[in-house]
Amino acid sequence: MGLETKPLSTLHQKASYEVGDFDVPTGREEEWRFTPLRRLRGLHNGTAEPHGKAVLEVDAAPEVTVETVGRDDPRLGRAYVPADRVSAQAWSSFTQATVVTVPKEAVASAPTVLRVRGEDASAASYGHTTVILEPFAEATVVLAHRGSATYADNVEFVVGDGARLSVISLQDWAGDSVHVSHQHARLGRDARFVSHNVSLGGDLVRISPSVSYDAPGGDAELYGVYFADGGQHLEHRLLVDHSRPNCRSRVDYRGALQDQDAHAVWIGDVIIRVEAEGTDTYELNRNLVLTDGTRVDSVPNLEILTGEVAGAGHASASGRLDDEHLFYLQARGITFDQARRMVVRGFLGQLVERIEVAEVREKVAEAIEAELDRGAAR
Amino acid sequence: MATLEIRDLHVSVADGSDGTKEILRGVDLTVQAGETHAIMGPNGSGKSTLAYAIAGHPKYEVTSGAVTLGGEDVLAMSVDERARAGLFLAMQYPVEVPGVSVSNFLRSAVTAVRGEAPKLREFSKEMKKAMDDLSIDPAFAQRSLNEGFSGGEKKRHEILQLEMLKPKIAVLDETDSGLDVDALKVVSEGVNRFSSTEGTGVLLITHYTRILRYVKPDFVHVFAAGRVVAEGGPELADELENEGYEKYVKAGVS
Repeated sequence: MGLETKPLSTLHQKASYEVGDFDVPTGREEEWRFTPLRRLRGLHNGTAEPHGKAVLEVDAAPEVTVETVGRDDPRLGRAYVPADRVSAQAWSSFTQATVVTVPKEAVASAPTVLRVRGEDASAASYGHTTVILEPFAEATVVLAHRGSATYADNVEFVVGDGARLSVISLQDWAGDSVHVSHQHARLGRDARFVSHNVSLGGDLVRISPSVSYDAPGGDAELYGVYFADGGQHLEHRLLVDHSRPNCRSRVDYRGALQDQDAHAVWIGDVIIRVEAEGTDTYELNRNLVLTDGTRVDSVPNLEILTGEVAGAGHASASGRLDDEHLFYLQARGITFDQARRMVVRGFLGQLVERIEVAEVREKVAEAIEAELDRGAAR
Repeated sequence: MATLEIRDLHVSVADGSDGTKEILRGVDLTVQAGETHAIMGPNGSGKSTLAYAIAGHPKYEVTSGAVTLGGEDVLAMSVDERARAGLFLAMQYPVEVPGVSVSNFLRSAVTAVRGEAPKLREFSKEMKKAMDDLSIDPAFAQRSLNEGFSGGEKKRHEILQLEMLKPKIAVLDETDSGLDVDALKVVSEGVNRFSSTEGTGVLLITHYTRILRYVKPDFVHVFAAGRVVAEGGPELADELENEGYEKYVKAGVS
């Protein structure tokens, strides 16, 4: 198959701020076919009532400015244009947005934490967050989601030339929550962006992290950890669009699933455009299936439109716990249940230990233990 | 005193087409504390199957016979119970376990086998000493178990586990294969330290006589076609060195 015959990905192709520019999804569309639309509570078709409640609390580093602004703030929506109907609905529906600014060359001395707490899931609530790192600024931002909500939002990360941004987005929702989110990072020259998505709670979580590059030298690392229990739908849809030369991206998402109708979806799209010579990219998704009755959909998609790449690869593997791992640990006296925990903990822990904020890292490790307790108690 | 007794052991594996294939066809063997036994035999004679069957690997089905340790029925025990009862298998191909560090693994195993968690400080000291004895760089303690280890490093870590878990009977499945001479010496010293401990026995499975220059067996058993076809003292190993397995392979096919 020659490159010229290969069409550019049809995913994420459309972009508009207008809800009406997107057809109501039917579930047959490539970008919606894995998502149980009925469980979106009308976020996708305009029937969601907008009087739900989600409260935002901010704990900012002293070097960082956090503002609550109205819809007309000119800084909003400049890095990202909604790429699907729910995203456009969120853009059209939010009343207040949060703008986080890290001034030029400032180095934040502590993480800036934005806590979204859902207080009413019976109707929809919407959010918009724009994080701006001016040139050579450095910061860590934590987005912590908990409580009960039917929540759709867009998050923009504008990472200026030479700036470094680390983001941890924690989806620790109560079991009745629905969360649909787009997280877009736009990287300047030599900018560095590290993202961790941790999805544990919620009835349906659909996160779409994406990255675009404005100039050469950008570096993005996107990590994700998820643990799907019975009936939970956890979906992560990644898009890295290499449109500038000599940029780098790494994607590593890992999940575990247990119990009836636990469903994980991972879509990993990487496009290397004709002008993106010298791109270095690798994306990986692994899933550990701990019980019967679960379902995993894992679709890596790499489109390379130039012959001049430094590296491009992808891998996806989903399977049960390896009998040989369990045998080896058991042959050293470790019980089956403990061996199982050690293997799952190790598998997810390789990503958890990369989370730079100790408090969040410990919390995630504890949450994984709690999931394993639930599995062992069955 | 622990004695490992294997009586008329028959073991089958799935043959890949719904049937089973008998690999061990009546093995009799007794390993007493204080003894080192070498099992030698050509490829495919069933040596590794014996090792895995003793350890309880689910792939191997014991169809008849008995294995006891100190009179206890080993075949009735789960894999981890066998280890806690005092059996140890040094694997021929230790698996890589991503994200589980060597020190975490060792501490979990030591805790399981000893029945209580060792004090962290004492454990660290013990581990450091054991690693030092085997010329293992202390940095390995924080690495994922066997991940990216060379063949020799994996075998050293098997012996490290042996020395820390202090079993009654150790089964070493071709621990010598793939080792250069220096690593072979280091590993052999570890085995000798273990076997000189009061009340321990060793069942050393090997294809080559090379390791027997460093680990002296009291008894040598020749394995062919799933059973022991000849037994003797260390002189039997010398004979195999000179004459090979050919005559036993013929004798084993009955």
